[in-house]
Amino acid sequence: MKKKQQLKILSEGIQIQHDTENLLIILSGDLRSCDCVRIVTEVQEYLTSSIKKIDFIDDGLQTWDSSLLLILYDILRLARHNQVSYDCSHLPQNLQDLLDLAFAVDRRPPQKTSKKQDFLENIGAKSLVFRDMILHVIQYIGAICVAFWRCLTSRSIMRYIDFLSALDDCGPKALGIVALISFLVGLILAFVGAVQLQTFGAQIYVASLVTVGMCRIMGAIMVGIIMAGRTGSAYAATIGTMQVNEELDALETMGLPKIDFLVMPRLLAMLLTMPILTLLSDVMGMLGGAFVGVVLMNLPYQEYWKYAFDAFTLNNFLVGIFHGFCFGFIIALCGCYCGLTCGRKADSVGIATTQSVVNAIVWMIVVTGIITVICQELGI
Amino acid sequence: MKKEIAIDVRDLTIGYGDYVLLHDANYQVNKGDIFIIMGGSGCGKSSMLRVLTGLLLPKKGTVIINGVNMETAPQTDIQKIREKSGILYQSGALFSSMTLAENIALPLQQYTTYSPETIRELAHLKLALVGLTGFDDFYPSEISGGMKKRAGLARALALDPDIVYFDEPSAGLDPISSHHLDELIIKINQSLGTTIVVVTHELASIFAIGTNSIFLDANTKTILAHGRPQELLKHPPHPEVYQFLTRGEKK
Repeated sequence: MKKKQQLKILSEGIQIQHDTENLLIILSGDLRSCDCVRIVTEVQEYLTSSIKKIDFIDDGLQTWDSSLLLILYDILRLARHNQVSYDCSHLPQNLQDLLDLAFAVDRRPPQKTSKKQDFLENIGAKSLVFRDMILHVIQYIGAICVAFWRCLTSRSIMRYIDFLSALDDCGPKALGIVALISFLVGLILAFVGAVQLQTFGAQIYVASLVTVGMCRIMGAIMVGIIMAGRTGSAYAATIGTMQVNEELDALETMGLPKIDFLVMPRLLAMLLTMPILTLLSDVMGMLGGAFVGVVLMNLPYQEYWKYAFDAFTLNNFLVGIFHGFCFGFIIALCGCYCGLTCGRKADSVGIATTQSVVNAIVWMIVVTGIITVICQELGI
Repeated sequence: MKKEIAIDVRDLTIGYGDYVLLHDANYQVNKGDIFIIMGGSGCGKSSMLRVLTGLLLPKKGTVIINGVNMETAPQTDIQKIREKSGILYQSGALFSSMTLAENIALPLQQYTTYSPETIRELAHLKLALVGLTGFDDFYPSEISGGMKKRAGLARALALDPDIVYFDEPSAGLDPISSHHLDELIIKINQSLGTTIVVVTHELASIFAIGTNSIFLDANTKTILAHGRPQELLKHPPHPEVYQFLTRGEKK
């Protein structure tokens, strides 16, 4: 024998009536911004194994929004899951249509695998990624060597207008910032040195300190950092945006080598301009030192320059220029590599730009260390 | 019975700088209509949509949406109108760093007081409504162009809008996907009573879904025709309109 029907108000406008086998959900009035989660949870409690059918009744339903639709959708999903039959035919036609639309699935999504890796698997996976990255970098450098050869044998498809544009960008347009920063670095170097040297009356050696410091390493490092931030990041951003806009795919499908077309003009421009910018940086740094020594510390002008030129050696100068050349190679390589491996999301270009600067600076320091050790061994 | 007016455009002139794209446009969109803005390339269809959605200021004239003058009304009223409008851009314009569910949740988090759990469920429901059940955790880069448009529509429907604008919904879709999207537009219009404004030059879509339309002309820079697309084809008010609706046939 069926139990007597009980009535319960779930919220204003939603009532539930049930006996052992049937559940009746009665909707009325204004049903907007309903507390969906609570109502569905309460209905779920009534869906015991004995319930065989759910009926929905429109008892003067006036206005409703997505929250009511969500309640009905969730209840129907529960009913389907529990194999309970339901009848929506008494609901307004538009609500029925929307529920039909919500359940009309035209395709199933592919399964995403989200298996959690344990510690060793994680290390293994990361090692494989690292190995792939190393192989990719070796391939990239190899492709650049091949492109160089094509360039030397006049078989490259590099556009000379691109080369000239890159040359203009990392040459004349960079002169101002390189000159200013180098002058200030020379000035700071002189100040810091002067404070120490003054304590034992050897302030004239400020000239030697600034000359050796700027010519041997500081000039090249300053130019490297400026160019990594200014030009290397621009390379990554430009090529990365081309990746996002599918321009790299277009190059690929047209059979145009990306290295010839995009990397070579930038790399050659950088290799050509970096030694010149390093030379400029050396000169401006020495002028900054002279400004502190002659104007602020009142050292005799001729004596200052005599000590400066005495400290200047061709070896120091050439080591500095060589550093500049190597840094140019690293900056162009990192900038273009990060651009070429950029993702296709909106934030990918930002990530590529940051990576290009970080990678360039790290590799510049590593290469400086290597060159320093080699010079030490060779007695240069 | 006279229908309520959703959008009332009066003496509208659109242009960029000194260049006038369209002048003295007058038309009305009734509530519950699927209204087509059609015309050849460069006639100002997309600019008209930009004016209706508030992305471009008109050079002259007024746009009244649901009784609110979009030029003179207080900012709070304009904001309410914007909250009640959904836009589906040509590319879908989904945020690529977010999953589909997160894309749909974004306006809900911004403009409603629903709990995070309800928002998640609502996002799931909206995706289900456009036939993307189970794609909640997918990124836009992992789905096809047609699915991106559906997901964009789900986001446009997030706040139960009164008006939904579509910018070239069929662009870049195969005929079957385009047909499915047309069906979806009709179902949403009929089920939710949403007013729909579609900018398109896709003839199949125009005849399949349009209940009213205007035809913009790039030469005269005016509205050349106004009416139901089928009626315009039967009784074209201008040879240009007939030529457009018959893919170049001359009357």
